[in-house]
Amino acid sequence: MKDEITRDERVANLKGMGCSRKRVEDSRFTQGKGNYVDDIKLPGMLHGDFVRSPYAHARVKSINIDAAMALPGVVAVLTAKDLEPLNLHWMPTLAGDKQMVLADGKVLFQGQEVAFVVANDRYIAADAVELVEVDYEELEVIVDPFKSLQSDVVLREDMVAEDGSVPNGAHGPRKHPNHIFTWEAGEEEATNQVIDNAEVVATEEMYYHRTHPCPLETCGSVASMDKVNGKLTLWGTFQAPHVVRTVASLLSGIEEHNIRVVSPDIGGGFGNKVGVYPGYVCSIVASIVTGVPVKWVEDRMENLMSTAFARDYWMKGKISATKDGKITGLHCHVTADHGAFDACADPTKFPAGFMNICTGSYDIPVAYLGVDGVYTNKAPGGVSYRCSFRVTEAVYFIERMIEVLAIELNMDPAELRSINFIKKEQFPYTAALGWEYDSGDYQTAWDKALVAVDYKGLREEQAQRVEDFKAGKTRKVMGIGLSFFTEIVGAGPVKNCDILGMGMFDSCEIRIHPTGSAVARLGTISQGQGHATTFAQILATEIGLSAESITIEEGDTDTAPYGLGTYGSRSTPVAGAAAAMAGRKIRAKAQMIAAYLLEVHDNDVEFDVDRFVVKGSPEQFKTMKEVAYAAYNQAIPGLEPGLEAVSYYDPPNMTYPFGAYVCVMDIDVDTGVPEIRRFYALDDCGTRINPMVIDGQIHGGLTEALAVALGQEIAYDDMGNVKTGTLMDFFLPTAWEVPNYETDFTVTPSPHHPIGAKGVGESPHVGGVPCFSNAVQDAFRPFGNRHTNMPHDHWRIWQTANDLGMHD
Amino acid sequence: MSNKMHVKLNVNGEDHEFLAEPRELLIYALREKLNITGPHVGCETSHCGACTVTMNGKSVKSCTVFVAQANGAEVTTIEGLGTPDALHVLQENFKEHHGLQCGFCTPGMITRAAKLLEENPNPTEEDVRFGIAGNICRCTGYQNIVKSILSAASELNASKEAAQ
Ligand code: FES
Ligand code: FES
Repeated sequence: MKDEITRDERVANLKGMGCSRKRVEDSRFTQGKGNYVDDIKLPGMLHGDFVRSPYAHARVKSINIDAAMALPGVVAVLTAKDLEPLNLHWMPTLAGDKQMVLADGKVLFQGQEVAFVVANDRYIAADAVELVEVDYEELEVIVDPFKSLQSDVVLREDMVAEDGSVPNGAHGPRKHPNHIFTWEAGEEEATNQVIDNAEVVATEEMYYHRTHPCPLETCGSVASMDKVNGKLTLWGTFQAPHVVRTVASLLSGIEEHNIRVVSPDIGGGFGNKVGVYPGYVCSIVASIVTGVPVKWVEDRMENLMSTAFARDYWMKGKISATKDGKITGLHCHVTADHGAFDACADPTKFPAGFMNICTGSYDIPVAYLGVDGVYTNKAPGGVSYRCSFRVTEAVYFIERMIEVLAIELNMDPAELRSINFIKKEQFPYTAALGWEYDSGDYQTAWDKALVAVDYKGLREEQAQRVEDFKAGKTRKVMGIGLSFFTEIVGAGPVKNCDILGMGMFDSCEIRIHPTGSAVARLGTISQGQGHATTFAQILATEIGLSAESITIEEGDTDTAPYGLGTYGSRSTPVAGAAAAMAGRKIRAKAQMIAAYLLEVHDNDVEFDVDRFVVKGSPEQFKTMKEVAYAAYNQAIPGLEPGLEAVSYYDPPNMTYPFGAYVCVMDIDVDTGVPEIRRFYALDDCGTRINPMVIDGQIHGGLTEALAVALGQEIAYDDMGNVKTGTLMDFFLPTAWEVPNYETDFTVTPSPHHPIGAKGVGESPHVGGVPCFSNAVQDAFRPFGNRHTNMPHDHWRIWQTANDLGMHD
Repeated sequence: MSNKMHVKLNVNGEDHEFLAEPRELLIYALREKLNITGPHVGCETSHCGACTVTMNGKSVKSCTVFVAQANGAEVTTIEGLGTPDALHVLQENFKEHHGLQCGFCTPGMITRAAKLLEENPNPTEEDVRFGIAGNICRCTGYQNIVKSILSAASELNASKEAAQ
């Protein structure tokens, strides 16, 4: 039979890897038919709402629920006393600490959950919240981690022994009742020695402020305990549904097979929806108590005040170099403000995440990192906001240190980076703090970026602008922000990465249907990344069926194989690899079936796009569709019927995406308003699965970077009041503030990943924050600026200009 | 508390009558009484635009309208803009240009954009950016949203010209 269409057309029909396939999710979303947790409505469902603490630190002397219970429509009011018999008044955190579900004798941050009201509808629940009378006795508040380590005020009495001594925590010895852990990497003595004897040393202190991922949809859950068959179903905003099931089972004592956790459509996550929150636990308990489904959905203030902050790192750096700019050593110490409970969402063995990637993209012979975690009267969290674990902090740190060193050396910061890049031929490269970088070609990416923006021309223009400013011809200064980042994503190898003991592998299960279509299920969950589109593309290329005929399902623990979920850019590196491996298992069996059908030996057929052909005679072939049918309708000697496969993929290493960003900014020194004239982003995420989706991820990640660098923060006053608890004060950029971005790429595949992909969703955030910040700081460098802390909102920029005497 | 009032609403061309407390927000009446769950709640404080609907010919944030104020109104939500077989030109263009990711802002964004294009059929990029500045998207960085809306505008204009 003569083939009707060309091979190129067959490839195009697959809609496999590398094409900008339109997203399959979009039909329902554009028609308002998404199904988010707050859209779930079950018969008899009740609504839960929290009584929250107005104080940042106080004893809870009494709670009177009588008036609330007397309100018609109120079904129950739960306090810690009700949860205690179930041993649910506290719960374990992902970081090896524990956290109060409901205030147990005291409150430790403003907005902490004190009581859970359950009522017929959300209005009655909100009314009843006002009627719960809580008697507090205020205690001294600590919002400064440095003061916390000096203070006699013990925040966590449960973390101090009866004799007043401080027992070890989950990560070893603690120095003070308010100290959580010390975590170290590298060689301190050797590093100090190099730095003490160096030709040039730059030191800097920087505060990476507290912020919040703030997805547009807040967190929520619906719990439904079916007492007849003993099954608990839990729908919720979960970035890691399987982990939630395991935790729910351990906490509640309900056997894991009797719990079904479902992540429906999720309205953005960015790290906010990795952890387990008191609201989830309370909705479960309330459903067990009342016997009907209970919904809990937090409002925006609750979201900003109580769930999952990010960052809050006080970083102190020392970097040494030779006179001509070759870096010789790096020392970094971090005081990490973790708030009232250590609820960081990091792999268990990494209490400061992958902060030890802070040597960045540079060949630094010796380095040391020390991190001290500290309790304060602030909300718990410490999640990775659109980044792999603490990688944004690490990259911000090194990219600022480079700029400061460039000032010290009086050298161009672009050139300083070039001098110190890890060279292409050094990969795989083992960094001073231990990571083995898989692949990279930094210089090529950097040169491409600098040429694209005409870097030399920009510097000339900037010099002219400085002249003009000094001559009184303009009130606008110009900044050129640079950043070169290396991410570390795809956690991770089970040998060193786990969460609550669960290895951080991921999984994919594929079933091919007789008519040549398929369903594949994965252990991850999309929150807007478009998995249903892109995972089908990986499979299309691997198994030779069109992506259009492959359904992707995630997020239902009753059907999907166990996986660790979606965060830290791990979906493509880990679950994407599992998909490719499962696809290859399908192909291996399909090859045997094809050989049988073609009446040749297995080794005499080869896979070609969408079919198996007899080697050397391409007109003899069986398409994957034909093979699928045969798998179900023929008795093939030595083969089981059917065509399915499952793969659990334990990655041998992380992946290391990288990129080169340049931002050009004009700043009005009298208003402090920055105008982004140009933003160029070159990303290398290895093999590119869907360029359209990649660009979308980059636009979004850069915009979240812009937000963090230029204004977004969770700020507290001395009393521990949250000053930025609404969208009035918490900066989310609108279309009006956001520029158009130019995207570009190079491709350096990961050598250990089955399809060479590295992950991309978080790179733009990781690289973007230092780029925006460096642009602001670079604008003021010619006027004497060395470092100012983010966020660079209009007021702070004005203040910077003022401090430099630019308003005189 | 039984101070409920009788409310009449015309939503997407259909008449509805129900009892509600006057203080109930329009967004909750739509979502919970009428099961129209396209418009979402992102803040309840008028900042995010996820709840945007058209009420009596104007874009409103339905989290900031009491159902008592909406009594008797004509309301259009995302569900009223096109059908599965005949999508609204904005819906087509958001799909085409990757104008959405998690989809949570999308119903409000498209509903707002539809009104914007009625108010100004020939918007510049600046007009579009200003015209949707009341709608926050956390995922896309707006670039592709703006592209989608501009592309929809030119398609609409082309088909208008063709009709003349
Ligand atoms: S929910 Fe109405 S503006 Fe945010
Ligand atoms: S697509 Fe997620 S908020 Fe806009």
